[in-house]
Amino acid sequence: MSDVSKLQECAYRIRRYALRMGEVQGQGYIGQALGWADVLAVAYGHAMSYRPEDPKWEGRDRFLLSHGHYAIAFYAALIEAKIIPEEELETYGSDDSRLPMSGMATYTPGMEMSGGSLGQGLPIAVGMALGLRLKGNPAFVYNSMSDGELDEGSTWEAAMGAAHHGLSNLICLVDINNQQADGPSGKVMGFEPLADKWASFGWHVQRVNGNDLPAVVAAFDAARNLKEAKPRVILFDTLMGKGVPFLETRDKNHFIRVDPPEWQQALSILDQSQA
Amino acid sequence: MSTTTEKKPRLTTSAMIASIAGEGQRVKAAPFGKALVELAQERKDIVGLTADLAKYTDLHLFAQAQPERFFQMGMAEQLLMAAAGGMAKEGFVPFATTYAVFGTRRAYDFVHQVIAEENLNVKMCCALPGLTTGYGPSHQATEDLALMRGIPGLTIVDPCDALDTEQAVPQIAAHQGPVYMRLLRGNVPLVLDEYDYKFELGKAKVLRGGRDVLVISSGFMTMRSLEVADQLKADNVDVAVLHVPTIKPLDEQTILAEVARPGRLVVVAENHSVVGGLGEAVAGLLLRSGTVPKAFRQVALPDAFLDAGALPTLHERYGISASAMSQQIKSWL
Repeated sequence: MSDVSKLQECAYRIRRYALRMGEVQGQGYIGQALGWADVLAVAYGHAMSYRPEDPKWEGRDRFLLSHGHYAIAFYAALIEAKIIPEEELETYGSDDSRLPMSGMATYTPGMEMSGGSLGQGLPIAVGMALGLRLKGNPAFVYNSMSDGELDEGSTWEAAMGAAHHGLSNLICLVDINNQQADGPSGKVMGFEPLADKWASFGWHVQRVNGNDLPAVVAAFDAARNLKEAKPRVILFDTLMGKGVPFLETRDKNHFIRVDPPEWQQALSILDQSQA
Repeated sequence: MSTTTEKKPRLTTSAMIASIAGEGQRVKAAPFGKALVELAQERKDIVGLTADLAKYTDLHLFAQAQPERFFQMGMAEQLLMAAAGGMAKEGFVPFATTYAVFGTRRAYDFVHQVIAEENLNVKMCCALPGLTTGYGPSHQATEDLALMRGIPGLTIVDPCDALDTEQAVPQIAAHQGPVYMRLLRGNVPLVLDEYDYKFELGKAKVLRGGRDVLVISSGFMTMRSLEVADQLKADNVDVAVLHVPTIKPLDEQTILAEVARPGRLVVVAENHSVVGGLGEAVAGLLLRSGTVPKAFRQVALPDAFLDAGALPTLHERYGISASAMSQQIKSWL
């Protein structure tokens, strides 16, 4: 069992890699990356089986990044997982880079799908989970998605389909940071009571603070160890900008504004809090 | 005016299960379903998925034969296409069926982004292509080729009859990459067995030669074109028929070689809107290559929302019956 302080270091490095990529481009979905870092740390540092040297290893747990714009966070996790080398983050979002701004399976090792057209991850995950079960492969499929994707009809088509087929090898991770392009998610398209919705669709539901590492670990463990033949969803309430106080409190937007000198300031604050 | 009302037999709207076969025409039942069942016996990687239309796409035969490899996705076409993509990612060769309107118009972004962008090995077999139902625009996929031709790397097949369909199944399964096949289901006409013909993915085939007119056609319009060629013999018009069952990639070499033979009116005949189908594909090819026929015409559905009604009525109204096409060609000569 991984201990929490190791995962905390892992989450710190993921945040750090993401900030460095943000600095390269001068922009990026850094608020989301900082908010989702703890969940990614637990996924790659605790829950998932994978082989860094063989990202297509048949026995790996599959991780689908449905919200392709979270690529900056996900590349950071792939660096932490040693699937892509750290120095490659300097190429983030540049021409001919393997790390485009929006994640695509055809570009990046360890990227299982081309995300970005939102609401596609969960229905893909249904097919992969069916395929794994048919092969007798015990791997899990994790679908990582944003709360904005709850607006997409295809998410709910897949939610029904997963429950209908009793996909106990499917774990959906929803980032509830309550922020999408046009404003707070709850105002753009109200989604509460969210736990009840998923439960009524036939899913095992947990709702936890996605920035509380012990809680995140416990939720992953519960989802993996559940014996019921039903799909599992973990609803993570997260804070955009988590770990860098001046970003946590900045006016929230789909993009958080970061001025050029602030990238280094953010890195120092992060480093200080870690030390 | 006569006082006695002479009742004409009233044609009724074709049901979705209606066959496009003419009266007395030779047919084969469920060629797609049977071919898939046969192939699935040797190819264990084939799985079948549908969106509440197994019965109406002949996939129920596969479901009966291979229940463990059949997956019902409910009336959810986005899920159908994305889940088929997911199964392809796990190494299976999914055959996903629904109606062409839903597989293309409704699920387009899922075909584009999930399946085609990653070149996944999904075979989308979609029934009621073009004008093969009288239910009106909700069910008439008159622009499916236009939509699907726009997707890079997608192979598109438009079979003529039962023989074409059953021979296409193992070949599209063997092809590495996504395929969209227009599906004729139920009692499907059998025509091409009378010709020295075999379906070859990517190949256009000359079914008959002729000095006056070259008809380039796909789907069941090849069947119509062969009837037209027979009808026009009486008028001493000699019609060649080039069958193009693979719409994309187009067999450019064969088409250009046939069009380059001088002195013939070139007619492209298709069960599809005049916009964006085989006709415009051929026209673009000819212009780009500088191959200019004596004249170029299209027999295709109008750029319009089509009427509901009985199929024979509609095929006559929109010019894709054999008699309407014969008259049209004569008027062009």
